[in-house]
Amino acid sequence: MYSLVQVELYKIFKRPRTYIAFGAVAALIGIIQFGLKLDGKSYLDFMLNDLSSSLEIDGKILNGYLVCYVMLQLLLVHVPLLIALIAADMISGEANMGTLRLLLIKPYSRTTLLLAKFIAATIYTLLLLVWLAILALFGSMLLFGTDDMFLLKTSYVVLLKESDVFWRYIGAFGFAALAMTTVASLGFFLSVFAENSIGPIVATMSVIVFFTILSTLNIPIFNLIKPYLFTTHMIGWKEFFDIKVNDSNEAIIGSIQNPDKIIKAAVVLFIHTIGFFVATVLVFRKKDILS
Amino acid sequence: MSSVIQVRGLTKKFGQQFTAVNDLSFSVHKGDVYGFLGQNGAGKSTTIRMLLSLIEPTAGEIEIFGLPLAANRSAIMQKVGAVIEKPAMYEYLTAYQNLKIFSALSGVSKTKTKLLQELGVVGLAARAQDNVGTFSQGMKQRLAIAMAMVNDPELILLDEPTNGLDPQGIADIRNLILNLSREQGKTVLVSSHLLSEIEQVATRLIIIDKGCKLVEGDSKELFDTSKTVVAIQTLDNKKATELLLQSNWAGQLLVNRSSDKEIFMQLDEKHLPSLHKSLVEMGIGVLSVKPMHSLEDYFLQITSTPKYV
Amino acid sequence: MKKCCLFVLFVFCASVAMAQDASQLIKKVKAKLELVDNYEATGVMKTDIAFIKAPIGKIKIYFKKPNLFKIKKEGGISLLPKGGLSVNLSSLIASSNYSTIDAGIQDLGSKKLRVVKLLPNEESSDVVISTLYINEKESLIEKAVTTTKENGTYTMLMRYGAFSNYGLPDQVVFEFNTKNYKLPKGITLEFEDDSKPLTAAQQLKNKKGRVEINYKNYVVNKGIPAAIFN
Repeated sequence: MYSLVQVELYKIFKRPRTYIAFGAVAALIGIIQFGLKLDGKSYLDFMLNDLSSSLEIDGKILNGYLVCYVMLQLLLVHVPLLIALIAADMISGEANMGTLRLLLIKPYSRTTLLLAKFIAATIYTLLLLVWLAILALFGSMLLFGTDDMFLLKTSYVVLLKESDVFWRYIGAFGFAALAMTTVASLGFFLSVFAENSIGPIVATMSVIVFFTILSTLNIPIFNLIKPYLFTTHMIGWKEFFDIKVNDSNEAIIGSIQNPDKIIKAAVVLFIHTIGFFVATVLVFRKKDILS
Repeated sequence: MSSVIQVRGLTKKFGQQFTAVNDLSFSVHKGDVYGFLGQNGAGKSTTIRMLLSLIEPTAGEIEIFGLPLAANRSAIMQKVGAVIEKPAMYEYLTAYQNLKIFSALSGVSKTKTKLLQELGVVGLAARAQDNVGTFSQGMKQRLAIAMAMVNDPELILLDEPTNGLDPQGIADIRNLILNLSREQGKTVLVSSHLLSEIEQVATRLIIIDKGCKLVEGDSKELFDTSKTVVAIQTLDNKKATELLLQSNWAGQLLVNRSSDKEIFMQLDEKHLPSLHKSLVEMGIGVLSVKPMHSLEDYFLQITSTPKYV
Repeated sequence: MKKCCLFVLFVFCASVAMAQDASQLIKKVKAKLELVDNYEATGVMKTDIAFIKAPIGKIKIYFKKPNLFKIKKEGGISLLPKGGLSVNLSSLIASSNYSTIDAGIQDLGSKKLRVVKLLPNEESSDVVISTLYINEKESLIEKAVTTTKENGTYTMLMRYGAFSNYGLPDQVVFEFNTKNYKLPKGITLEFEDDSKPLTAAQQLKNKKGRVEINYKNYVVNKGIPAAIFN
């Protein structure tokens, strides 16, 4: 098993395609950081437009913590597309090259092979997130410094103390890892059905884009199905940045407003991940390898 | 002689309509070079894939090394190597990296020197560190064979190993098969749609068509010269046929196969000179007498006019 | 008629006299405040605005005559009602360019306080009217309600302690009106509607913002570098 995972990782990281995602993440983060460094003030003015008519907000609002949050907001919607690039290719790509039949005549069960491949895809996903964390969080902390985190939500703002932020990022990245693993498992599942990489990659991306749009639209009829879409739960990481207040509306340091929401979202994502994987195994075990 | 592969009543249906392999039974003995013959689409690849558990049979039993395949897949596959149709490998990796991966997957840990040596055996030592994407078809085929051999298998399945190869490549594969069988005592199952490739190496063979077995047996028996088919061309085939029917040779005439263009007869090869003499004596203007003692003709005959054995 | 005129005269004189009393009182308050040339204090700031979730923050407060005032949150972000200037008392009555009107005595809790209204004489002044509730005995402003053109009306409640001699409060509670806050989801990239439905009481509360500053460790008249206020 260990050697199988090793081989799968070896194959992933020997492919030029793998580094597209790492490059894309670096480029996107670099551009956003550059933009905010150069003209962060106008971005802030725009964001704070509504508030600054009644409040004077003083301090280093555009610090590394906020910059990282802004980037995660933008990127975590798109990182799934990069994950699909690898995950949805895990089986279909091998089928396309014809190497799948070579793998399957080795003395391992199909389930073991799938598990090894899935673990490898998950490790890739995690490494991509670590890379994202290094650039978006640590990079921004270096470039913009750290301070309290001033967050604008749709109906209220949250001010987190500097010392109360970092652990939230650990939680958020942990959650994002789970969400992205769900994406990987979807791509993985779809890759069973095709003998070329493009189909499952595009299918995975389409499902995610489609579900994300449904999750974003605030139309009553869609609201009914929202809780059942895994994309709705993928943004659960944001809950780490919402804080509880006591009766006198004073934020309780170290608290999370809706921990149950995070747990629920995590459970939904986890069930999806397992579900997709089990479905992959069930389909694949019975599949005739004709490629 | 113990059977390495024992297949009974193997059937594979794709959907309701199409039966790719129909109630196929055969056995491959230890040390055999077993020729698996059939036209394209006859069901060869489907059968080989079922032997490798890549395709699940609809019905039938497969035993390899005396063990039922379905229940002992891993144990069996440890002792099996295969090249299936066109060679497949990771084109973005080098020949050495490919071999290393499959060595690891087979559970054998080999040193770099050993692996490079194995690449040397298939003539790829100089290109070991080049990306496979830059390889010719023949080089890929040789690498595929090295990959199939990396776990030192007892049974080797080669599905159309000469596809897309030049004459030299075909000769190399032939020599390799002979070497594996004679020098190393391996059991080899090799499929092809070209009899000429098989007849030179196979000790036993099977011919299948439309998923059914046409004939199976020892090469020697199948190449039996006492039943050589002779194709005769004369100035007037119609008249010649009439004359032959009236002669002592009437029993050897294959009336159904004969036409205005060619007359077919089946006889022992040693009677050819006297046939020749008789034809001349009967005043038939002979243009050619072509004995088709190769299995090629037999192959063509039975695959074009199915008559199930 | 004469009586009537006399009465009017009396009332007028009386009101002038009372106005004079009021300005005297303001002067006294001002004199007390003017004892302070500058001060520096540490404190704790609590922000209670319905749509803001903020923790209690440690702050430093700096003041320098005539109207330099700065609240600094140590290495953090501070949220203050617009016109933070008004958080400091002296600036309210710093200039003398206003008219005073005595509005009698009112009870504030158990205390009887003199109510004085200040009307700026300048048209351009942002302040429309300030109502001060003054403890006459101590010459301390206990409550101030200021209406401005730009930033609405805000109320300040003061509690005094050790530094009452300087007119410096231990606690200032600042109440002000806030506008409703809402950002489009497109900007915040939120899918779910995470705003809790507000009850009627909350809706009402929503309109009022409250900032409470508790002062500690006043350091008075020890000099402050001007750079702090930049």
